[in-house]
Amino acid sequence: MTRKQRRATFIFVSLGILGLAAGLVLFALSDSVTFFYSPSDVAERGVDAGERIRLGGLVEQGSLEKGGDATIRFNVTDFVETIPVTYRGVLPDLFREGQGVVAEGEIQADGVFVADKVLAKHDENYMPPEVAEALKKTGNWQGEGSTKSHAETYGQGSYP
Amino acid sequence: MIAEIGHFALVLSFAISLVQMVVPMVGAHRRDPQLMGLANPAALLQFLLVALAFGALVWLFVVSDFSVKLVFDNSHSEKPMIFKVSGVWGNHEGSMVLWVLILALFGATVALFGDNLPDTLRARVLAVQASIAVAFLLFILLTSNPFLRLDPAPFEGRGLNPILQDRALAFHPPWLYAGYVGFSMTFSFAIAALIEGKVDAAWARWVRPWTLAAWLSLTIGIVMGSWWAYYTLGWGGFWFWDPVENASLMPWIAGTALLHSAIVAEKRGSLKSWTILLAILAFSLSLLGTFLVRSGVLTSVHAFAVDPDRGVFILGILVLFVGGSLSLYAWRAPMLKAGGIFAPISREGALLMNNLLLSAAVASVFIGTLYPLLLDGLTGAKITVGPPFFNYTFVPIFVPLLCLVPLGPLLGWKRADVTAAAERLLAAAGLAFVALLATFAFAYDGPWLAPFGIALAVWLVAGAASEIAWRIRLFTTPFREALSRARRLPRAAWGTALAHGGLGIAVAGIVGVTAWQSELITTLAPGESTEIAAYTLTLERVGMRDGPNFQATAGVVRVEKEGRVLGFLMPEKRRFPAERQEKTEPAIRTNGFADLYVVLGEPSEDGKWVVRAYHNSLAPWIWIGGGIMALGGLMSLADRRLRVGAPTRARLRAAPAE
Repeated sequence: MTRKQRRATFIFVSLGILGLAAGLVLFALSDSVTFFYSPSDVAERGVDAGERIRLGGLVEQGSLEKGGDATIRFNVTDFVETIPVTYRGVLPDLFREGQGVVAEGEIQADGVFVADKVLAKHDENYMPPEVAEALKKTGNWQGEGSTKSHAETYGQGSYP
Repeated sequence: MIAEIGHFALVLSFAISLVQMVVPMVGAHRRDPQLMGLANPAALLQFLLVALAFGALVWLFVVSDFSVKLVFDNSHSEKPMIFKVSGVWGNHEGSMVLWVLILALFGATVALFGDNLPDTLRARVLAVQASIAVAFLLFILLTSNPFLRLDPAPFEGRGLNPILQDRALAFHPPWLYAGYVGFSMTFSFAIAALIEGKVDAAWARWVRPWTLAAWLSLTIGIVMGSWWAYYTLGWGGFWFWDPVENASLMPWIAGTALLHSAIVAEKRGSLKSWTILLAILAFSLSLLGTFLVRSGVLTSVHAFAVDPDRGVFILGILVLFVGGSLSLYAWRAPMLKAGGIFAPISREGALLMNNLLLSAAVASVFIGTLYPLLLDGLTGAKITVGPPFFNYTFVPIFVPLLCLVPLGPLLGWKRADVTAAAERLLAAAGLAFVALLATFAFAYDGPWLAPFGIALAVWLVAGAASEIAWRIRLFTTPFREALSRARRLPRAAWGTALAHGGLGIAVAGIVGVTAWQSELITTLAPGESTEIAAYTLTLERVGMRDGPNFQATAGVVRVEKEGRVLGFLMPEKRRFPAERQEKTEPAIRTNGFADLYVVLGEPSEDGKWVVRAYHNSLAPWIWIGGGIMALGGLMSLADRRLRVGAPTRARLRAAPAE
């Protein structure tokens, strides 16, 4: 094999791997990305039943119901629109009424959001940035201090 | 007073770093031994001063001096001592001081043990190292001063986030930082070499131990973090493809690639400029990791505060170092002489293949982590890139790489006989095939890909064993001869085999948990039972228990298998009154092959308790495998040819050949 052929082999293999990686990335981005919606977004734009989304907002005061068999119901609201959510499982430690929450799952045809993952952040005063922004859009933001106070309460987490 | 001394030491160390950044660099350029000679004492002094500042901070936490804002925010007088100390780096400011401390420690190591480095190289390395210290010390002093006072001083602190009050997590950040910052050393060497315009075997011999040390620390840090997430978050998973996790994974993969390409640069003189580029990339990704975590630009399950000033400052550091080093690379790299040529099928070719696949893997993680940020900036659309993305991209890139791992070490340098190497792996291939069939027979109702995953794991472990067997001629010479060969085998060879074998064990664990995890959510009244994977779980009672700084609601769960009581699990929900927070504490029972994992949830209105249970097959192997990989790294590091303070050529000649 001459030097030229060797170089051609290396370039060919590198391009092949690069192309493969790029193809995989493009395929995965078109297929496995989850969009974030606020309850107003859902009402405005609509979400197909069965499409996987993240729903973020505040847990409506007084809406939390613990049914039998570990099923939990609550409403996610941005004070304009409200969407009922059901979830089966153990709620995160910082889940509270009136606090920000992000639920991942699908909207059923009857308008109920069935979550298979519920995220509340490590800090009771922390608001997921998306939720904060969604609230700002609907004019229900409680002021700049709310996200910052996370740091002021006890500093950031050390992870990693 | 102590706080002021600490603050003053930080300011002084900043001044020293400025001198250390400029003077030796000028000295190296002018070949002035006096100016270059300043680098050593400066590096040592810088380390002592940062150590003094860090010591002051630790002292303030230990005595709970709440007049210091950082202590007030992150500590509590009733917290156990270990968490008072770990609270030092359990927050932004303190962790940055730790970051700089490790940076200064590494610089001091070069100053102390770098006697056999060429003078100009050492001066330049220390100058580059000091430039990183300058940037981060400035960052600390301007945006994140840990020594700010409060007046009047509060009586009691706010405590540390309960989720961080954990023994594994206490030592997770130091390891992770040692890894991140370890790559600063290879970065400094790369930049110094670019300025010198010379990369030789001696350079590569110096870079390898640093890469190895950084990789080793990062491996331990990631394994600890993943283990912590597993046993403390209560989600039964070990890796969530979370941006913060990815931030530590990217430098690890780049570091793994660097580790392998540095071998080629040292032994064969090839791939020099590629190795330099990888050294730059590994540290850039470490900086990116620091930026992602510290700026809070990404949504993460691990919540971090959004502080635009800090984010912008670190972004500035990132742009300066990455942009500067890449420009320098573009300018100087073409001057590096290309080394020996090699055939595509050879040890070099295999290591290059490893590098290509690892780089593709880094790229896929990079895109998956940063794409949401980009899309948000461009279109305002909020998206999450979750595990499915990484399953489609990272896994298909990694699987061919794993298939090739056992082959690489058996190929010869320059030009290799692939059939001969394949013959040596016949036994490993046979074992993998048997494992494939056995797993199919045993777990025929699971996902069909899982048996292939197990076969791959067996292939890796058996392949690593075959390599050792071949090297010591285990079956071709008398056993005593093989034994004495094993004793003389370089530690680096054992290290390679351990790391590759450990990888196999970790792969088995990952496949096991991913494919065969069973999960159960139910409500139980005291006395009621439920079943998961052949085990019967009975909630005997729920009671209260007092911890050192928390009260726990503890469930007592009896574990039975085929009517025999195996033991009791006590999952808890802990309430931390000081922090006014709750934390779920899962209980795990392991038999070495599978974990039984029980989480106690909320009480429901009818007096029952939500119980979530997982049966995680092969879960412990993930961390055992990771630990073995780290052990392999340690073994290689102990190889006398790789000691920090690499042997000079004369001494090297005296050492026995491999």
